[in-house]
Amino acid sequence: MTEPVLSIRNLTVEIPTRRGLFKPVQDVAYDIRPGEIRGVVGESGAGKSMTGNAVIGLLDDPARVASGEIWLNGRRIDNLTPEEKRAIRGKEIGMIFQDPLTSLNPLFTIGEQLVETIQLHLKVSATEARDRALALLDRVSIPDPATRFDQYPHQFSGGMRQRVVIALALCSEPSVIVADEPTTALDVSIQAQVLDLIKELASETQVGVILVTHDMGVIADTTEQVTVMYNGRVVESGSTDQVLSAPVHDYTKSLISAVPRPQVKLHRFPQVSYGGRETTFQIEDLARNWDKPEPSKSGKLVEVKGISKRFLEKSALLPSRRTYFTAVDNVSFDIKDGEVFGLVGESGSGKSTVARMIGTLLPSDGGQIQFDGEDTTVMTGEALSAYRRQIQMIFQDPFSSLNPRMKVESIVAEPLLHHKLLPPDQISSRVHELLDRVGLTRAAAAKYPHEFSGGQRQRISIARALATQPRFLICDEPTSALDVSIQAQILNILKDLQEHLGLTMLFISHDLPVVRQMCDRVGVMKQGQLVEVQDTETLFANPKSDYTAQLLKLMPRLAQLAG
Amino acid sequence: MTDQPLVPETQAAPSRLRRALDSDLFYAFRRSPVAVVSAIVSLLLILSAVFAPLIAMTNPFDPSSLNLMNGFTPPLEPNAFTGESFLMGTDDQGRDVFSTILYGMRISLFVGFAAVLFAVVLGIVLGLLAGYFGGWTDTIIMRAADVQLTFPSILVAMLIFGIAKGITPVEHRDQMAIWVLILAIGLSDWVQFARVVRGATLVEKNKDYVSAARLIGRRPGAIMLRHILPNILSPVLVIATISLALAIIAEATLSFLGVGAPPTQPSLGTLIRIGQSYLFSGEWWILFFPACTLLALALSVNLLGDWLRDALNPRLK
Amino acid sequence: MLSFILKRVMQSALVLVITGAIAFSMFSFVGDPIDNMLGQERTMEDVERLRAQLGLDQPIPVQYVKFLKEAAQGNFGVSYRQGREVSEIIMERAPATLELAAVSAILAVVAGIALGVFTAIRRQGLAANVIMSTSLIGVSLPTFLIGILLIYLFSVELGWLPSFGRGEVVRIGNWTTGFLTESGRKALILPAITLGLYQMTLIMRLVRSEMLEVLRQDYIRFARARGLSDRVINFRHALKNTMVPVITIIGLQLGAIIAFAIITETVFQWPGLGLLFINAIQFVDIPVMAAYLMMISVMFVIINLVVDILYAMIDPRLRVTAK
Repeated sequence: MTEPVLSIRNLTVEIPTRRGLFKPVQDVAYDIRPGEIRGVVGESGAGKSMTGNAVIGLLDDPARVASGEIWLNGRRIDNLTPEEKRAIRGKEIGMIFQDPLTSLNPLFTIGEQLVETIQLHLKVSATEARDRALALLDRVSIPDPATRFDQYPHQFSGGMRQRVVIALALCSEPSVIVADEPTTALDVSIQAQVLDLIKELASETQVGVILVTHDMGVIADTTEQVTVMYNGRVVESGSTDQVLSAPVHDYTKSLISAVPRPQVKLHRFPQVSYGGRETTFQIEDLARNWDKPEPSKSGKLVEVKGISKRFLEKSALLPSRRTYFTAVDNVSFDIKDGEVFGLVGESGSGKSTVARMIGTLLPSDGGQIQFDGEDTTVMTGEALSAYRRQIQMIFQDPFSSLNPRMKVESIVAEPLLHHKLLPPDQISSRVHELLDRVGLTRAAAAKYPHEFSGGQRQRISIARALATQPRFLICDEPTSALDVSIQAQILNILKDLQEHLGLTMLFISHDLPVVRQMCDRVGVMKQGQLVEVQDTETLFANPKSDYTAQLLKLMPRLAQLAG
Repeated sequence: MTDQPLVPETQAAPSRLRRALDSDLFYAFRRSPVAVVSAIVSLLLILSAVFAPLIAMTNPFDPSSLNLMNGFTPPLEPNAFTGESFLMGTDDQGRDVFSTILYGMRISLFVGFAAVLFAVVLGIVLGLLAGYFGGWTDTIIMRAADVQLTFPSILVAMLIFGIAKGITPVEHRDQMAIWVLILAIGLSDWVQFARVVRGATLVEKNKDYVSAARLIGRRPGAIMLRHILPNILSPVLVIATISLALAIIAEATLSFLGVGAPPTQPSLGTLIRIGQSYLFSGEWWILFFPACTLLALALSVNLLGDWLRDALNPRLK
Repeated sequence: MLSFILKRVMQSALVLVITGAIAFSMFSFVGDPIDNMLGQERTMEDVERLRAQLGLDQPIPVQYVKFLKEAAQGNFGVSYRQGREVSEIIMERAPATLELAAVSAILAVVAGIALGVFTAIRRQGLAANVIMSTSLIGVSLPTFLIGILLIYLFSVELGWLPSFGRGEVVRIGNWTTGFLTESGRKALILPAITLGLYQMTLIMRLVRSEMLEVLRQDYIRFARARGLSDRVINFRHALKNTMVPVITIIGLQLGAIIAFAIITETVFQWPGLGLLFINAIQFVDIPVMAAYLMMISVMFVIINLVVDILYAMIDPRLRVTAK
């Protein structure tokens, strides 16, 4: 076995805070060998990025390395002076950040930024630096490097910018690259290309890569070695195949069990809990107090007929000079009573716009949305209010979907008060019941949202959505901001809602395995158009359109995954 | 973010006061000597202005209490004719400078607070409307703001003052002066509140809690006041504090230039204007003490605002 | 780029039309010019004749168009107070204010940017903290007090510099300058510092906070990760990005200098436009107020246009339209 290029030994990072020393990284140790890609996986806050920052010597004040050692090519680097660390950065260790849109200085051309870095690390002339920069751009597969060289970052797409960032990290042939969630901000298809590029570069240039991610799919497809972190500590380390197929530590087991499987539909996500975070929720009990919705007249609760939406892209005084962006283009589908209908697509495909149009948050520019036979796009006054009472929505971001200045009690009570559904003296007990059923205690009612974690907030959102006893629930990427184990919890609650309360649902997601677990039928959207609608099982087995087939192909296989 | 609850869930929610005392803001406040001192100084100055009639030896604007013989008495020295002595001396009319400062501060603070309140209310209303509705409402309000912003606020204030002076009949000018000042300073200052509120509203209205409220069917007015407004108050508070200092300075400047508070209702600026003519003949105290008071007031409020901005904006730490 | 500039020009025209309307309505509605121009002893014929002569008997829109036409030619009528052509008075006073404003502006911009950058880079340093604390005093000290203080120190106590006026001036064509005589230059020092100091502190604080904001951006972090030295990061990457928002506000501040000159000119009895304006307000001399307003708005509009063009030159996102 070759010697490691980078070796982290018992690294501990501490941050002094008002309430004592906080240690986001404790006793972390792992090695990277030349040409090896090591995945570092864990939930947000597990300390994986902090470890990466410590390696490149860029911990944000007041965080500091408290103990442990970092060795690079047989030389200890954690105790170097800031100036010596700077000399290593970019030359021996490269870095790739998550968001390519903000990683490049907007006021300098790509070429200027490359040449600057090359000349800094390799003492070469301006012409040689330029040649090398062009070669690098070519190497990361940027078409027409000579033209692109003189362009500014805003003229590149997200995926292209991430390629430029990789080129910058490669400027002086570093021995290690720290890639912090390099593909999280990108669409699946772009994500696959960028990961392939990283794999290629690793084997070709023998650079060692630390790939920090929260995504098991990325780990399974890209890495050879994996380190699992939880709460600042390494809980398990080993070859990717072995850790995924035969996890030893309980946390790893629970993490892997919560990953949605692409191949097979399960009734419920298995909840192997870890760290005392299991929650009990009793949606069944809610059913006793719940008026089961009457079936719709046609058996189809929602019928979307040819809706379109366009947004003003460039405003101008003359209507003829205005340009529009068509976000939704003549989309039609229907949702049967009690069904979970999925809409999938990449970002910008218009799936969320459809959800917001059905939710009356956006007016449509044509077409009809019928709810139990009534066209909602022309509703006003009492009819509109009655419609809104029957639909509810759960949003993607648990941090912005609850008003930070309102107590949980007022948040959940607001729909009840607005629609005057209960006499004022009964509202409080109803709110407490709802919170209870989604697994929160009574004490939660008197608190503010910031006192809760992401998963708890999403359950508060669900309680709010259930307050009006809706017939139809729109879920707009309800779990994409959550860690995978919490995602499993929330998805199980949603499944219960459908099963026990007979709720009809529209489920928006970009995550195919999740869609497979959740939905009865699925529509695939691409650039504002609905490409195909199928039963979920049929879609996954025999996609009709090429686009769907391609999406399915890019889906992580996770074949190694245990159980 | 880990998914651990930040506060154990079973624990009962603490009271509002406990919350306030335990908050990071109050903690940061106690830790900052500058903030504590400037808060105490501003509070003392404001209180002494409010209770001026109880603290001041004399009412400097009651002609019966004045003795012209007391004129130009230096601080803490007995007057050559009457033998009376004054903490900060007396002015040309024999008025006790300490008392005139207390009463002058009342005018300065009243104009300052009222002008900022006026600007805040106007700025919040217009900013919310522009940010929430967008379109033509936004265009008209923000264009007006842009045009006004082209002109420095002190000039706008002078212009409004000049126009108002032209409109009001001569015999009412003195009585109206204070209100005209408030109007002039307030109108010259609303733009920054409107811009900040609009910007924050644009951010907040796209957050999903607003979508959730719209989905429930709440009216725009209720959404703006109940949902958006409470979430954008902290930048408004910061600007309001800094604006208070600026309004006090603006009022002093206008009064100093002779286009503000009339000599019958002198503010600190008017006092400095009066004192300036005696500075070069050696009666330094008539200018010195009002000037120091003005500086102390403006500086402590400014320091408080500056600290508040840093404390409410954790990224700056 | 062209459409951007075109848009700005249209906006500027809008500003001028609006200030024109304000100036015009001052003429029409504030006070009665007839009252102002004729004394107590007047006959109805006098009033009618003057009304016709001033065009006050015509409909308001006609009057407004006539006013704009006249204003465009620099004709604002006769000062109520001095009885002379307003344009003539303004031409006579302008050089004093412009010279003062130019010197203060250079002082404020150069020192402001330098100190702002310094305090942002050495955020934790002692010197930076001292400068920041002092600057708060600078912001809290009204301009007129700074002026009085300087006069007391350098004119009354030390007797080094004059406390009022422009000193000796040299006439070159229509322009009078104080730059060419020693007394003129000496007389300029205190007013220029007084006027520039407040703007300098504002610019300094602005540059500092913008620069700190830029230094927090991801691309700066990435520049660090690429191993660039602090010097290159601060003065190449951060400074250029800082200048984008700073330039707009410096433009506004330059406008403010001309307005704040009113205060400085009052304190130092500087024979410029500001002193003229403040006297006009005190005596409700509408033609002078209106002319000052129009002239200053033209100046602001020009400054803003220049700033916008500079802005477009620095920021490639405005220069090249996204693909």
